[in-house]
Amino acid sequence: MADEMADRTLTPTHPLADRRRLLAAVADETAGAVRLELEAPVAAVDLRLDPRGTGPAAIAADLGAELPSEPDTWTAHPTGTALRLGPDEWLLTSTAARPEDWEFHLDEVAVAHGGMAVDVSAQRTSLRVRGAARELLSFGCALDLRPAAFPRGRCAQTLLGQSGVLLAAGLDGDVDDLQILVRPSFAAYVADLLVDAAAELVPQPA
Amino acid sequence: MQLITCPWCGPREEIEFSYGGQAGVAYPEHPASLTDEQWAHFVFFRDNPKGPFAERWSHNAGCRRWFTAVRDTRTYRFLSSPTSNPELTS
Ligand SMILES: [Zn+2]
Repeated sequence: MADEMADRTLTPTHPLADRRRLLAAVADETAGAVRLELEAPVAAVDLRLDPRGTGPAAIAADLGAELPSEPDTWTAHPTGTALRLGPDEWLLTSTAARPEDWEFHLDEVAVAHGGMAVDVSAQRTSLRVRGAARELLSFGCALDLRPAAFPRGRCAQTLLGQSGVLLAAGLDGDVDDLQILVRPSFAAYVADLLVDAAAELVPQPA
Repeated sequence: MQLITCPWCGPREEIEFSYGGQAGVAYPEHPASLTDEQWAHFVFFRDNPKGPFAERWSHNAGCRRWFTAVRDTRTYRFLSSPTSNPELTS
């Protein structure tokens, strides 16, 4: 965002910035079995559209990629992801768009088809778990996260411990990973839960 | 813990859901014309069967959608595969 307004631009801080070191230490403690990383904030827009109407096709044309049609799945578009949250609800993220502009633009497209789009960039923050991600989350999540049941391309809103989370599988493609999107106010709880659970993955001396 | 089948998300743990009471209680067509007694019946009076009961459930921790399911009040077993809210865009 290098523009002439740079001096007035607020720089978002990750809600877990103060736990960065704690999370990074997990990789060493588990001998590389699992890695916890904070992800940079992205633009996020909540999209509501009648799935039977012309809206999804119009948004897809605008994004340059199809919206996910199956329940609880995500698809990639050129600058981010589209996650299907419900029959008439999608969460779109972008690493390139400016949140306010993107909301305005997507809302214009959606309104023309009886839908709407709302900027929710500040609603969730993101953690990425790499390595034994599925095993780690199984300590606090009731979903069957084995690759056969939760393969790359799946997403789900569920509970991790006591906190609501949105999970997405396999954003990296080749490497197995899970993305955890969580409300900023619950993020510290989730981070601590994961660090605690990671103790189970610390190799034991033979 | 028992699993409840959300029409959108599939089987999920019961704690992800919240209960919404009896299904099919229609809002009065002319609320202003109701007597106090009729209004009280609409607001407070519900069936309380021993056996199958059609209920509203909300998948709070998941897709946040409401759906109707039939549950046996004696065994707590869900009898029907739930049907989703026809008003998709509500
Ligand atoms: Zn659901």
